[in-house]
Amino acid sequence: MPDPDVLIRARGLTKRFGQFTAVDGIDFELRRGEAFGFLGPNGAGKSSTMRMIGCVSPPSGGELSILGLDPVIDGSAIRARLGVVPQEDTLDVELTVRENLLVYGRYFGLARAVIADRTSRLLDFVQLSERADDHVEPLSGGMKRRLTIARSLINEPEVLILDEPTTGLDPQARHVVWDRLFRLKQQGVTLILTTHYMDEAEQLCDRLVVMDGGKIAAEGSPRELIETYSSREVLELRFSTFEHDQAADKLAAVPAERTEVLADRVLLYVADGDSAMAAVRGLGLEPLTSLVRRSTLEDVFLKLTGRRLEDG
Amino acid sequence: MTIPALRVRPSKPGAGVARPGQMAVRAFQSWLVNYRRTWRGSIYSSVLMPVLYLGAMGLGLGTLVNKHGTAGLGGVSYLVFLAPGLMAATAMQTAVGESLYPVYTAVKWQQTYQAAAATPLKPGDIFRGHLLFTTMRLAMNMTIFLVIMSAFGSVRSAWVVAALPAAVLTGLAFAAPLDAFAVTRKNNDQAFNIIFRFGMIPLFLFSGTFFPVTQLPGWVRPLAYVTPLWHGVALCRALSLGSADLVGSLGHLAYLTAIVILGLLAGERAYRRRLHV
Repeated sequence: MPDPDVLIRARGLTKRFGQFTAVDGIDFELRRGEAFGFLGPNGAGKSSTMRMIGCVSPPSGGELSILGLDPVIDGSAIRARLGVVPQEDTLDVELTVRENLLVYGRYFGLARAVIADRTSRLLDFVQLSERADDHVEPLSGGMKRRLTIARSLINEPEVLILDEPTTGLDPQARHVVWDRLFRLKQQGVTLILTTHYMDEAEQLCDRLVVMDGGKIAAEGSPRELIETYSSREVLELRFSTFEHDQAADKLAAVPAERTEVLADRVLLYVADGDSAMAAVRGLGLEPLTSLVRRSTLEDVFLKLTGRRLEDG
Repeated sequence: MTIPALRVRPSKPGAGVARPGQMAVRAFQSWLVNYRRTWRGSIYSSVLMPVLYLGAMGLGLGTLVNKHGTAGLGGVSYLVFLAPGLMAATAMQTAVGESLYPVYTAVKWQQTYQAAAATPLKPGDIFRGHLLFTTMRLAMNMTIFLVIMSAFGSVRSAWVVAALPAAVLTGLAFAAPLDAFAVTRKNNDQAFNIIFRFGMIPLFLFSGTFFPVTQLPGWVRPLAYVTPLWHGVALCRALSLGSADLVGSLGHLAYLTAIVILGLLAGERAYRRRLHV
């Protein structure tokens, strides 16, 4: 008897496009009520995975079960119970905000009265009530994103799929979207999202997988991942360009769990940043800037893949 | 600020899923919501174009043609000859207008097709819903055309009423294959200009709309006979003149129906390959 709280289950899930393998045999489970994330750079296979979960892309191999159903056979029935926020907003910009929800609600076969009722609640929720009868075209990027989120909730989905929910938004608009998603999470909506922003993953995800090159590199809660793959603190040092290489060599003498030499900075992974800084000074090195900070998922990603998230 | 409670409950299995026909109607409704915004303008042009063509060509040019004898036209005035042919040609134009760019916009620029594909609708439902809307637009334009050509006094038989569905079918014989083609386009729409210039305009001019195909050089004629528009023109004209014979009409109908069916099959496949990658 399968566990009814496991909403999505993937085993060896694979997606190939011709010779290219976008998703290379990944395993994961999504449990009811959790916020689950795929963190990885562009091209890691996150969107391909989301499209398979959204039942708009047949898997090339492995097993995938969504809400206990097979997406190849029951795609329609599964999609009826999912909410999707795609990477591109895919709104009808010639229609009004309200009409976009009407059209979308009709796709699910909802009665007009039901759509009207949900529309007013959802537009309240995403703070677009005052723009209900405005055209979508002139809305800001953040507003369009919020409308797309409202649209994805019109069928009261059991799972909400978000592909890069805040990519392309300015920081302020991003925080508004995070706030709304956090409220959804608190109301018990099951979220599955992809992101290449580590702060987004830290804020929203109960559990996440780090994805790179179509494979899952690690899995856990943000805190577990940081504890497992990084030190408590990080000392970031920046030297002048001609000193950089020489300084990096000398820094090997500082006791650190790990040292990363990037093009523009040196990162020392240590338990105590301040005492590490004292050790650096003891070597006679004087960096242009120094910063002690806590480890983040970015550091986890760097450790696991040897690359930074933005590098893609 | 109070947050409205969003109900999030497990839904009934099978909720939101319906028979394919009903699913296509849902897709059709999205086009209707859009059309509410633009229908007035579309009606003006649907009225204006037939009036201009029938006036300038049928009456104006027709005066000259009629002076040289109308035996080649089957013994009717040029206006009476032209009107039903123009009706079929107008169906073709309507169909092309409702398929190429609207499909490309929906799949490429606005991605409203992709939005619909994330719902219970299957790609085939999205295709047939669009085609349903095209059918409605064809029926509207052909009704308007029929009224105008009657007002011009260019109808010779009550059978002309049957020319309406015949013209709609002619339009669908263009719309279904062109939808299937347009949905596959990924990068540029240069292909559409080629279709307009080297497809639609030659068909419009040489499919028997303005003069009988028998006036064409013998070696060109078979080319005209394979185009759907020639069959549509011949069928509409025979019905309007009251000269339709059963075998000929059934032949035209069968040809047009066959193309529509091929278009439906091609569209089902093309939409699936584009929207379910």
